[in-house]
Amino acid sequence: MSEQPMIKARNLWKHYGDNTVLERINVQVHAGEFITMVGASGCGKSTFLKMLLGMESPTYGELLLDDKPIPDEPDQSRGIVFQQYSVFPHLTVLKNVIIAREFEHSPLLGKLFGSARRQVHEEATELLETVGLADAANKYPHELSGGMRQRLAIAQALIRRPRILLLDEPFGALDPGIRNDMHILIRQLWRKHQLTVFMVTHDIKEGFSLGTRLWVFDKLRRDNQAPEAYGASITYDIPVGRADPEELEKLTGLHDPSPVLLRQASDS
Amino acid sequence: MKRLINLTPSRPVQVLLGLLPFALLIVIYMVASDARLEINPDDKLLPSFSQMGAALERLALEPSRRTGEYVFWQDTLSSLKRLGMGIAIAASIGFTIGLLTGALPSAHAPLAPLLTTISLVPPLALLPILFIVFGLGELSKVALIAIGVAPFIARDIQRCTLEIPREQLIKAQTLGASSWQIIVRVLIPQLLPRLINAVRLSLGAGWLFLIASEAIASTDGLGYRIFLVRRYMSMDVILPYVAWITFLAFTLDWLLAQLSRCCFTWHHQGGA
Ligand SMILES: Nc1ncnc2c1ncn2[C@@H]1O[C@H](COP(=O)(O)OP(=O)(O)OP(=O)(O)O)[C@@H](O)[C@H]1O
Ligand SMILES: [Mg+2]
Repeated sequence: MSEQPMIKARNLWKHYGDNTVLERINVQVHAGEFITMVGASGCGKSTFLKMLLGMESPTYGELLLDDKPIPDEPDQSRGIVFQQYSVFPHLTVLKNVIIAREFEHSPLLGKLFGSARRQVHEEATELLETVGLADAANKYPHELSGGMRQRLAIAQALIRRPRILLLDEPFGALDPGIRNDMHILIRQLWRKHQLTVFMVTHDIKEGFSLGTRLWVFDKLRRDNQAPEAYGASITYDIPVGRADPEELEKLTGLHDPSPVLLRQASDS
Repeated sequence: MKRLINLTPSRPVQVLLGLLPFALLIVIYMVASDARLEINPDDKLLPSFSQMGAALERLALEPSRRTGEYVFWQDTLSSLKRLGMGIAIAASIGFTIGLLTGALPSAHAPLAPLLTTISLVPPLALLPILFIVFGLGELSKVALIAIGVAPFIARDIQRCTLEIPREQLIKAQTLGASSWQIIVRVLIPQLLPRLINAVRLSLGAGWLFLIASEAIASTDGLGYRIFLVRRYMSMDVILPYVAWITFLAFTLDWLLAQLSRCCFTWHHQGGA
């Protein structure tokens, strides 16, 4: 881990019109951290990811990447996997991965031919092997199961070698067994590709076991007459390598967290 | 006894049931035609099938005494040419405008309100203008079809473009795609099956504009012929022509459906 933090949020606020979504976010993230984010539905986790991605910009405050404002457009330095719609339905598995390299090397047609194509083929096939999709290379996304589709989305997100990988409830729709496989996969890839990972999840167990650091998003101030007046911030920032699950259950139980969070905490 | 909504006829029964109304219509027609011809053998309103056959034979299998052409085939060829050109022009213009306004906010701003307004102009009301501007030749007929159909296709494609999940466009950007590459590799391939669908839906309007313009100013064509022989009350020509137009329309639609199915399998198997 380098000395300088890679990402810094300084007094970050986000409003949508009168709706305050996020307020007073102050965090620093070093390269190589794996951050999991939990919080009630609608509290702004996806919004935070969107700001990291450059789809949304902060209303106040700064969000810095390497001490420069984060680029205000998505680019290949930050990969993303959404819960769904992440892959291209008109391309086969292999072509879904290759397309990233084609964008890179063929500005006009977005397509590669001949030896350049073969080379990219090899690279993509290798990547598909690491996510366990080599056998499905010529299938279309609609022929894949939910878990396979997310593996594809991950492979696709990794081929351009991004430094940062953003995951928005990537395994939300998967059943527990497959989810476990995906956890192992994502940890492998995180190490192998030296990624900095931000992952939103609704599964608090996942939040614990997976990353190095857990953020809980919640509103510190609350006005029941005007629920939109105050935004959420990061109320707990826990190095989960060390935390013990019961400790967190107590912590999250203290501050009237969301019903969702409570339920999930007691489930686990 | 099952509920009616759960009662599904078996496949052969479905086919039979589907054919039944057609058979019924034909029988009713034959009975009515026979009854009228019984009373007055020169009746023109409901010609018998043999009369229609004879008329069709004359038009399709014997060269015209005046021009030496096979009228029926000449009409078909001219009409299909006009329709094909009109629809092809409409599809290219409509697709381009729909794609640009759907994909680029800076094209949407100036073009979308204009497009909405133009699509509200009744195309047939423009026909006189087209005749004045382009003359009575082929151009004005093709132009009517193109002008009549293009706004519909443009709006349909625009809607389809906007319906492509934003996640895909963002994903493409995180893979380093430029706007142009996104249009070429992500949007256009996904919009082509939708274009075929839009063309299928607009063919009905295409035929309408074709027949209307041929009826008003033409020297051949399917629409021209049926409006010409109307003067002589030649139902023996009109009815087979209508059936033929229906058959052509059906065939075109079917061909487009097949084309879409074989070129864009992923689209038809539920891959968005
Ligand atoms: N484009 C937008 N315009 C206006 N309001 C928005 C927009 N996007 C999000 N919001 C609002 O911002 C708030 C936070 O949304 P966000 O999607 O970040 O929540 P979330 O924490 O990801 O929730 P979930 O767990 O359900 O995914 C919500 O109240 C939502 O209504
Ligand atoms: Mg969300």
